[in-house]
Amino acid sequence: MSEVKKIKKGLDIKLIGKADKVLEKADRSETFAIKPTDFPGLTPKLKVKVDAEVKAGSALFFDKYRPEINFTSPVSGKVVAVNRGERRKILEVIIQADNELQYEEFKKANPADLSRDEVKEQLLKSGLWAFLRQRPYDVIANPADAPKAIHISAFDSAPLAADFDYLVEGEAEAFQMGLDALTKLTDGKVHLNINAQKTQSKVFTEAKNVVINKFAGVHPAGNVGVQIHKLDPINKGDVVWVIRPQEILFMGRLFQKGIYDVSRKIALTGSEVKKPSYYDTILGASVRNILKAQLKDDDKIRVISGNVLTGTQIPEDGFLGFYDSQITVIPEGDEYEFLGWALPGLKKFSMSKTFFSWLTPNKEYRLDANLHGEHRAFVMTGEYDKVLPMDVLPQQLIKSIMVEDIDQMEQLGIYEVAPEDLALCEFVCTSKINVQDIVRQGIDLMIKEMS
Amino acid sequence: MKALRKFLDKKKPLFQKGGKFAKLQSSFEAFETFLYVPNTTSHTGTHIKDAIDLKRTMSVVVLALIPALLFGIYNTGYQHFLSLGQSAEFMDICIYGLIKILPIIVVSYVVGLGIEFAFAQMRGHQVNEGFLVSGMLIPLIMPVGAPLWMVAVSTAFAVVIGKEVFGGTGMNIWNPALVARAFFFFAYPSKMSGDVVWIAEKADSFSGATPLAHAATLVDATGNTATSIYTDHLSNVWDMFVGLIPGSIGETSTIAILIGAVILIASGIGSWKIMASVFVGGYTMGAIFNLVGANAYMELIPAWQHLIMGGFAFGAVFMATDPVSAAQTARGKIIYGFLIGFLAVLIRVLNAGFPEAMMLAILLMNTFAPLIDHYVVQGNIKRRLKRVKVNA
Repeated sequence: MSEVKKIKKGLDIKLIGKADKVLEKADRSETFAIKPTDFPGLTPKLKVKVDAEVKAGSALFFDKYRPEINFTSPVSGKVVAVNRGERRKILEVIIQADNELQYEEFKKANPADLSRDEVKEQLLKSGLWAFLRQRPYDVIANPADAPKAIHISAFDSAPLAADFDYLVEGEAEAFQMGLDALTKLTDGKVHLNINAQKTQSKVFTEAKNVVINKFAGVHPAGNVGVQIHKLDPINKGDVVWVIRPQEILFMGRLFQKGIYDVSRKIALTGSEVKKPSYYDTILGASVRNILKAQLKDDDKIRVISGNVLTGTQIPEDGFLGFYDSQITVIPEGDEYEFLGWALPGLKKFSMSKTFFSWLTPNKEYRLDANLHGEHRAFVMTGEYDKVLPMDVLPQQLIKSIMVEDIDQMEQLGIYEVAPEDLALCEFVCTSKINVQDIVRQGIDLMIKEMS
Repeated sequence: MKALRKFLDKKKPLFQKGGKFAKLQSSFEAFETFLYVPNTTSHTGTHIKDAIDLKRTMSVVVLALIPALLFGIYNTGYQHFLSLGQSAEFMDICIYGLIKILPIIVVSYVVGLGIEFAFAQMRGHQVNEGFLVSGMLIPLIMPVGAPLWMVAVSTAFAVVIGKEVFGGTGMNIWNPALVARAFFFFAYPSKMSGDVVWIAEKADSFSGATPLAHAATLVDATGNTATSIYTDHLSNVWDMFVGLIPGSIGETSTIAILIGAVILIASGIGSWKIMASVFVGGYTMGAIFNLVGANAYMELIPAWQHLIMGGFAFGAVFMATDPVSAAQTARGKIIYGFLIGFLAVLIRVLNAGFPEAMMLAILLMNTFAPLIDHYVVQGNIKRRLKRVKVNA
């Protein structure tokens, strides 16, 4: 095992509402949805119509430009609605689930015995391919590529994040089988990046056929983009794939049992949850049943699928995002605050020491979604550098994206970053600039220009 | 406070599109957001945000300026009574200083904010907070004897030419407060230099020259004359450090400025890298002059004394650190700061025409800051390219 890579630049945001490692029960959701909006850059084409009967693993839609990539139903049942937005953009494909789930049948096989093409085919057909994402660009991996390496972050350092040790508990066999499938997909190494202190689960520490790297330090230490940067940074022309541990379980189960079983544990977190804990559910489930008994009596709340930095706002009866293993509920905070900028601010969190809350560094905060200010032009400098542990100049990169200077973006490292890596920059920004949106725009522009 | 909020909510539609006073929307918003942090929430990206905003940032800087301001008020009175040879009570000193300085502050804010509001209105954007700091900086770098109308003209020039022509706060290339001072200096030199303007209503017989002006006379002095200039006017370094010397209103007290520096650094608003490197740069140049020793100025003024004379400390802490006009990269800031200190002492000693060189050094480095950043950015790009070659 290699030495521990310590991440010093960054910020741990301590929030109220970390999930206890207890599995709470909730009625299984009746409806499920797959949201094409979870996949940046995707142009979906529907394969099913409303009222069609589907099984778990039946394709719902596919990628118009890479038709081999399928997006499949997480459960069996009936397609009850296809919700569309402006210009008929597909927002959600909703399925009413059967009581007893029916599964599409896939080949049972030990991936170690299969060829690369056979593994690929199985993943593409079952819909699990969508979990493989590539860097650069942070989009679904291209099946035609042979990646330089595959990276897996075995911990999440984001605020209130689910404990991955707990998420994979008891599924060592499926995890290893999933890893074996991944090793087939690359000529390089499969890297499993664990937290030097916090990762205890033998599922991770005793995984075979992978390189285990140790990380420590503050968020974004758990971001796979940061880990790649520290281990083997992405240069122009390189392709690296990434995937998250729970999704490797899905792959393992596919090869083990021959079914598309995307049941997952999720963490229900946040200051507006009565008893933050874990739940067993299935990908794409409606969060209504889980939230029902758990919300505090306040109507001004915000439900987020994912964490507070990168997640998506969903309604109280909305659906879990494709890649998310966490629901966070925080106060909405759409209130005026009298002279808020001048108060001592003991309950306000800031990286700067301009509020007296710095006197209590270990306090947990109940933060809301208020902007705490107005949008401004760039004024402060050096803030972003403090929270981005990469040899990338964030402010200069953001500016090059704003002026759409492709050459400069490339030179300043657009290939190395994903929006989530710069989420903390957005959090600390005095001028309230939408950093993640800008990075995504830059990536979209690169994809357009480079293809 | 609910009544006030209700009142604002009721009047708000009048100032919005289609309302009776829609043209005054920017002004209304400026007052509204001053009273209340708005209720806007984030809709994309991070759901939570750091509690800091530009209003908080700027108010911390203004807070950091308060010690220098208070000392400036005291020193104005102190110098006045000293020149008259009278002894005065502490309160009298302060009241005299306040009467002299308050009008300058009022003029600076009224003129500057007036123009800011007018521009925001004209362009239909929000009023930026940047001037809250500039409006305080401008009085502090003026001589106390500055006629108010000149302060007004300089402030107007700084806001219009120094900032608004570039697009407002965040877009300017020079520090607006220094633009005001530079304009004043070149447009009305008689009111910004010499021995008369630094002490309010001084007695004619009393020399009101600043230590820097005395130091400048060292250049041509030799032998005993030089030594006596030094011992008479420049040897009392404790007064210089405390600030009981003639000079611009806020620049004299190194102690008060250091208190401000502590506030800025501790809160994370001001860049310690810039501050430290300015001092290092100034000391380095001073030490080089000490070694050369070509004239009495170089010989007799120890390197560290440059750091407490004139506007050096004030410039290092409050002017050079303006994030908009300074270098933006971490490495760039160190180079930028060092060169400011270096050049300030260089100009001071070699050019008797500009005894107060800090302003010029900072403006010059403001101009070159983008160039410094350019090379730092190129360095980053080269490291990235090199990585590819190593791999290949």
